[in-house]
Amino acid sequence: VSAKALSHLRICDFTGQLAGAGSSKWLAPFGAEVIRIEDPVKQGTWDILRTMPPFIDERRGVDFGGGFNNHNVEKLGITLNLRTERGRELLYEIVKRSDVVAENFAAGVLARMGLSYEKMKELRPDVIYVSNCGFGHVGPYASFKTWGPIVQAVSGLTFSSGLPDREPAGWGYSFMDHTGGYVMAEAILFALVHRQRTGEGQWVDLSCTDAGLSLHGPALLDWTVNGRPMRRSGSPHSNRSEHPAMAPHGIYPALGEDEWVAIACRSDAEWRALAGVVGEPWARESRLDPLAGRLAAQDDLDAKLAAWTRVRTKAAAVAALHAANVPAAPVAKPAERIDADPATADFGLWPTVLHSKMGSVRVDGLPVHFSETDWQITRGGPCLGEHTEQVLTGLLGLSSQQVAELRAEGVV
Amino acid sequence: VTSALEGIRVVELAHERGAYAGKLLADMGADVVVVEPPAGSALRRWGPFVDDRPDPERSLAWWHYNTSKRGVVLDLDSEAGRDDLRRLANRADLVLECEDPGRLSALGLDYEQLRRSELIWISVTPFGRAQPGRADLATDLTVLAGGGPVWSCGYDDHSLPPVRGLGFQGYSTACHYAVMSALTALLYRGVSGRGQFVDVSMHAAANVTTEMASYNYLVQGTTVQRQTGRHALETASLPSQVRCADGRYVNTGVPPRQPKECAGLLAWLHELGLADEFPEAIFLEMGAKRDFIDLSKIGVDDEITAIFAAGREALNFAASRLSAYDFFVGCQRAGLPVGVIYAPEEAFEDRHFAARGFPTPVEHPELGRTVRYPGAPYRFEKTPWRISRRAPRLGEHQSEVFEDWVSGAHR
Repeated sequence: VSAKALSHLRICDFTGQLAGAGSSKWLAPFGAEVIRIEDPVKQGTWDILRTMPPFIDERRGVDFGGGFNNHNVEKLGITLNLRTERGRELLYEIVKRSDVVAENFAAGVLARMGLSYEKMKELRPDVIYVSNCGFGHVGPYASFKTWGPIVQAVSGLTFSSGLPDREPAGWGYSFMDHTGGYVMAEAILFALVHRQRTGEGQWVDLSCTDAGLSLHGPALLDWTVNGRPMRRSGSPHSNRSEHPAMAPHGIYPALGEDEWVAIACRSDAEWRALAGVVGEPWARESRLDPLAGRLAAQDDLDAKLAAWTRVRTKAAAVAALHAANVPAAPVAKPAERIDADPATADFGLWPTVLHSKMGSVRVDGLPVHFSETDWQITRGGPCLGEHTEQVLTGLLGLSSQQVAELRAEGVV
Repeated sequence: VTSALEGIRVVELAHERGAYAGKLLADMGADVVVVEPPAGSALRRWGPFVDDRPDPERSLAWWHYNTSKRGVVLDLDSEAGRDDLRRLANRADLVLECEDPGRLSALGLDYEQLRRSELIWISVTPFGRAQPGRADLATDLTVLAGGGPVWSCGYDDHSLPPVRGLGFQGYSTACHYAVMSALTALLYRGVSGRGQFVDVSMHAAANVTTEMASYNYLVQGTTVQRQTGRHALETASLPSQVRCADGRYVNTGVPPRQPKECAGLLAWLHELGLADEFPEAIFLEMGAKRDFIDLSKIGVDDEITAIFAAGREALNFAASRLSAYDFFVGCQRAGLPVGVIYAPEEAFEDRHFAARGFPTPVEHPELGRTVRYPGAPYRFEKTPWRISRRAPRLGEHQSEVFEDWVSGAHR
């Protein structure tokens, strides 16, 4: 067993869904002890993924949500009824032993439960407390509620994905729940690096809409510097590349049902190579070289290239273009990139975990490898309260008898 | 002001794929030195440009992705340039590079050739260091298409192509993993004294950033299908993107499902004076009076079915009468999570982001301008995110960096 990068750390984790749980999905596989705190009264269903599809078989309930398992591998799960005095006391004991408290409730929820940063800091002066919500804890919309698609709508990411003269296409999944989780993990890690060097903890207010808005980069500077908005005629046309200027640059039909291939020419040389592969008279027209001519004729160029791709499989088109050193990729369907792609399979990207009730299930791994302290994902997400006894006895030193009493009293 | 990464030295080999990772570290206080070739980073040739005048010092892409960094120029095709890079790497805590596998080893500048026990080396490549794939032919578009995100995005009409979202999100996703890796490796070094090599695959990063597209397939072997403005799913769901009275769109989110939400929506319709024009208001009232609405009874119990349908209809009705912004704020105040679909610049100018101090002024003295930049993704109490300087001009900090880092070395 190799060394673990984060085995010196314990996280008191209130997060859920993906925007929050995604952060500790990074930390736990590197050895951090992540203890999920869940509500026994509501059966942990604040995290709606506990009961949602996909399902491994016909069984349903709080321990069978496939998304929950995917996002919570390698974490411990305990239940604590924080409405009770004893439940809060036990939580305080956990906080005293934790490096980080992480949460993604709506703004102010934890504080109203008496679990504010100030309170946590009394218990553990160097605690790191990271709060992640849709609009942050400060500002006119702080009380507004979100889920991934709402964050994407308000932060401009829905608008910036689409074809011209149509409504936005947006992102067909919660891209900002993934990214919110990444940014939250970064916030935790930045604060831990600071604490490791200075001994000082702190609070971090993370707003997913801020994080989303920060992803537009140069397009926002085009607005503030040049006064050019993205909302203008013909814009956005997001399969194209206005900056850097490329043509052709798009997603073209391939032979078969809902089959597509992405093609990009970064230079005139790549265009000439593509024209050579196509080998048809239109591709040799002088008006299409150099780039300015192709940019001026993009609609026509796209239509003619689509006629060429349409009669080829995406694999054949990509192979021919790669042979000529032209950037291209299939629009990969899940089965193709998961079960038929050595670049993911050989990377070990789809580990199989053992879940206490579901059994063996494949999950998303991490897209990195560390030479000394690589991640490990073998244990499935926790069933509700699966580790309550283990944590209360092991970490807090209670007896099994005491845990049984707490259970009887409805505290855990 | 203290910074989280105060004094952490990072050598970044300029590359469009990894510039954002360097920025994330630099804006949190790391001393990031971006190393460009004599002709400048390729990013300097990317538009848009200030006043639309193409110039390596006026690229807004270069500006955005290189805030808070210092810049030097090294010709890695010369022995002198390679020596200089070795000297910098020798003083660095962390090297960040995105070169195609093989290039640096051919130059004698790979991790194995420059390693020290405490050095952390982050390599971001299109397919990882040891996987098959044409790294030299990877762009943001091909990464997002081949890696899965594109399959899930687009329109109900599948004669239209699937869609790639703007903003180089294939790169940004990999860069987040690069930064998480760098910080994790720093923490481990802090307890062990040991650095290491980290192999980040952009293709793999895209593959695990697709939500249900991947894990529905992994768990139940099904394939999601793209839909306009909402989650790709195996079976079609009802539209959630609605055009408002001002022609702009909102995302109506999940319709009211519980009594409190029904009551909030109804109260809002009354406040707007629209309740009398909405015939199904009666069902909202029935929903509001219930103790609990059992969602599993939708389509089974007539009353619950009618309540749920009325909630959705009420949102569509209100949207048809209001501007997108008023719908957004009104619904949210009524307790319903909906969102106005803003263009990026509209969000940037919105009062909420202004109140949070998101627009961030940065001085560009050469142009006599103060430019507003996108701001902090996170607000730290003690170690604030901060743009400490505008992006470097080509070779701007050549002597300064070597003096700082390689004390006594004469340039």
